Amino acid sequence: MNTVIQGGRLIDPANDIDAQLDLYLQQGKVLAVGEAPDGFVADRTIDAGGQIVCPGLIDLQAFLREPGQTQKGTIASESGAAAAGGVTTLCCPPQTQPVLDTPAVARLIQDRAAEAGLVQVLPLGALTKGLEGEQLANMMALKAAGCVGFSNVGAGVASAQTLLRCLEYAATHDLLVFVRPQEPSLSSGCAHDGAMAMRLGLEGIPAVAETLEVSRYLLLAEQAGARLHFGQLSCERSIKMIEEARERGQAVSCDLAVHQLLLDDGALEGFDGRYHLSPPLRSEAERAGLRAALVRGGISALCSDHQPHEASAKAAPFSVTEPGMIGLQTLLPLGLQLVEQDLLQLSELVTLLSVEPARILGLDRGQLGVGASADICIFDPEQAWQLDSQTNVSVGTNTPFWEQQLQGQVSHTLLAGELVYSR
Amino acid sequence: MNPVTDSLQLQLNEQGQLRHFLTTEGLSCELLTDILNTADSFVDMGAQSVKKVPLLRGKTVINLFFENSTRTRSTFELAAKRLSADVLNLDIATSATSKGETLRDTLWNLEAMHSDMFVVRHPNSGAAHFIAQHVTPNVAIINAGDGRHAHPTQAMLDMLTIRRHKGAFEPLKVAIVGDILHSRVARSQIHALNTLGADEVRLIAPKTLLPTDVDSLGVKVYSDLGEGLKDVDVVIMLRLQLERMQSAFLPSQGEFYKLYGLSRERLALANPGAIVMHPGPINRGVEIESEVADGAQSLILKQVGYGVATRMAVMSMAVSGQQTQAQAQSQENNQAQADEGNR
Repeated sequence: MNTVIQGGRLIDPANDIDAQLDLYLQQGKVLAVGEAPDGFVADRTIDAGGQIVCPGLIDLQAFLREPGQTQKGTIASESGAAAAGGVTTLCCPPQTQPVLDTPAVARLIQDRAAEAGLVQVLPLGALTKGLEGEQLANMMALKAAGCVGFSNVGAGVASAQTLLRCLEYAATHDLLVFVRPQEPSLSSGCAHDGAMAMRLGLEGIPAVAETLEVSRYLLLAEQAGARLHFGQLSCERSIKMIEEARERGQAVSCDLAVHQLLLDDGALEGFDGRYHLSPPLRSEAERAGLRAALVRGGISALCSDHQPHEASAKAAPFSVTEPGMIGLQTLLPLGLQLVEQDLLQLSELVTLLSVEPARILGLDRGQLGVGASADICIFDPEQAWQLDSQTNVSVGTNTPFWEQQLQGQVSHTLLAGELVYSR
Repeated sequence: MNPVTDSLQLQLNEQGQLRHFLTTEGLSCELLTDILNTADSFVDMGAQSVKKVPLLRGKTVINLFFENSTRTRSTFELAAKRLSADVLNLDIATSATSKGETLRDTLWNLEAMHSDMFVVRHPNSGAAHFIAQHVTPNVAIINAGDGRHAHPTQAMLDMLTIRRHKGAFEPLKVAIVGDILHSRVARSQIHALNTLGADEVRLIAPKTLLPTDVDSLGVKVYSDLGEGLKDVDVVIMLRLQLERMQSAFLPSQGEFYKLYGLSRERLALANPGAIVMHPGPINRGVEIESEVADGAQSLILKQVGYGVATRMAVMSMAVSGQQTQAQAQSQENNQAQADEGNR
C-alpha cells in the first residue's frame, strides 16, 4: 500500500530535519521525504496538518505481564496501549512467570506480540537463570531467540564474582547488559528514605540502594569490558557516576522513567498508593538534580517504566500496595511537559524517545530517512485530553495522572507502514 | 500539596470539628487543648462511684485490632462502655502479606452492620488514613496505632499526663529516649508537643534507631543519654522490641541498657522533679531500671488511667463531629431537593 502523510511538521533529528515535509511510504518503508516520487499514487492519505510527525517512540522498559500475570495485563492489551501512545518498539524485562531465561519464553512473547501486531516487542533475557543470581543464563541461545539485552532486573546478583563472570560472558559476545540498580538488602522499603517517609512512618529506600549498585556494576563492567545500560534511575549521583565512567571511555548509557522528572515524594502525603513506585519517587532536591542532568545531556533516553496492575493491587494501605504505574499512553504527554517547562526542545524530546533508544539497542530505527522502516508517530502537541476509562487501553488504571488534564495526544501510529492506531 | 491541610481535610468536618482521629499532625493547638480539657473532665468522672455518661448511648463501636494489644484495646473498650456505647471487639490476626482487599471487605461488612465508630490498630502505616479516605468515610475512625506512623490517642494521654503534673507546656524540655525509628508513639508525641508549644523536644538514640531526616520535625537529636537528659523536665522512655537485636539494629540488650537505659544515676542528671513516662509495656532492665519505673518520679501507671479518659474524649468528639457533618449534608441535600422542586 502507498501512503502519504501530508502537511505535518516532520521532526527527524537523526537526519537533522525539522520542517514541514510530506512523507511517502511504500511497502512498510519510507520511499521519499518532501517531494512525491514520480508516478507515486497514494492509496491512503493521512492529513497531519498542524501535527508533528516523528519516528515511532522506542520505550526501553515496559512490563507486559504476560506470561504469568495476565490479571494485570496481556501482551495484546498492553500492545494496544503502546500503539495508542505512539510507541512502535518496546523492551520488556525478563520478570515474567516463568522467568524469561529460555528461548521458549522469548519466542512465546514475540509470537503473541506478532499476533497482536501493534508494536514491535523486543524481550530482555535474564542475566542469570531464574533471576536467582547464581548461574549464567543461556545468553547466546536467548539472543538467537530474539533477546536484545540481558538483565537481572531488580533482583541483584549477590556474589561479585558471579556478577563479574556474567559481565565477562556478555563482553565476550558483545551483549548489552541492562541494569535496574537496586541493592536488594537496602530496598525492602516503599518510599524514598527522607523526611516524608519518616513523617509517614514508611520504611525508606535510601539513595545509596541505587548508587551502591551503580558503582558496583560500573567497576565490574570496566574490569570485564562489558557494555551497560542503566535503566529507570532515580538519583542524580548515579548519573554523575555514569557520566564520569563515560568520560573514562566506558560504554555506558542510562535512561529515566519520565515521571521521575515530574513527581517527587511530596506526593506521598495522604498515603496515595498510586505514588508507590519502584524505584521510589525521591525528594524535590533529587528531582531538581535529575532535571539538571537532563538539561546538560547526562541522560540518554526516557522510558515509561509501564507497570500495569489490577485494581486490588493498589487498594490497600500504602506499604502493601504493589509498586509501579502505567505509562505507555502518558510517555509522550509527560515528555511534552518537559518541553513546556523549557527543559528540552521538541526535537530533543524526540531524540530521547526514539533516536537514542534505537542507538542503545543497535536498531536501524528511530529515524525516517529514505529506506527506513515506516514506524511513525503523529501527534498534536496542543491537543488537551485526559486518560480515563474512555481513552485508556491498558488493563491497568494505576496512574496518578488518571483523569488529569494532559496535553499532546497521538492521532496516528504506524508500524512498518501499517496504521496500528488512529484516533 | 500542603501536608497540613491534607490531613486536616480528612480529620475535620466542615465546621472544623474532629470527625476522625488519625494523627496529631496538623491539628491546631486549640483542638488539642480541647481534647485535653474534655479528657480532664472525664478523669474526674472516673473517680466517682457512677462512672457512666450517655454520650454514645445507642452507638456501636467496633474495636478492630489487626495487631495484638491487650492494654490499648481494653482501655478503648472501657472508654466506649463508660460512654454507654455497644462495643464489639474483633482481633483479626493478619500477616504482613495480607492484601488490602481483605481489609476493605472486612470493613464494608462491618459498616453494613451500622457501626458508628471503628477503633483500628493495624501493622501498616497509613491503614487508618486508607480506611477513612477510601473505605468507610462516614464511620468515625480512631487510629489506635498504624505501623510506624501514628498513635494519636497514646500521644494525647501522654500530653494529659504532662499537663496534669507539670502544668503549662511552654517552659518544658521533653526528652524521648530509645527506638524512635519504629515508634508511632514518638512521632505522634513530637507533633503534639510542638503544637502545644513545648520549649524543646529532644530525641536520644543511637543512629540505627533514628529515622532519616528526623531533625526536620523540629527536634534536637542527641546520641548521649547523659547530655540529652540535662535540664529536662519530662523523660519519655520507649519500649525496645527485643527482636531489634536480631536485625542488627543493636549489638545486645546489655549494651543498650548501659548506654540508653534510664537508671537512677542517669535520671539525676535531669531537672529535679522531672517526671518519667513510658507507653508500656515496659522491659525492666532493658530500657528502664525497676527502681525508676516504680519510683516517685514515675507516672507510668497514672498514664494508664488517663488513657481511658483521653479515649473517651476523642471518641465522643469524633462521633459528634460525624453527626454534625451528616446533619449538614442532609440539610444541603434537602435544600438541593427544594431548589429542584422550585424550578
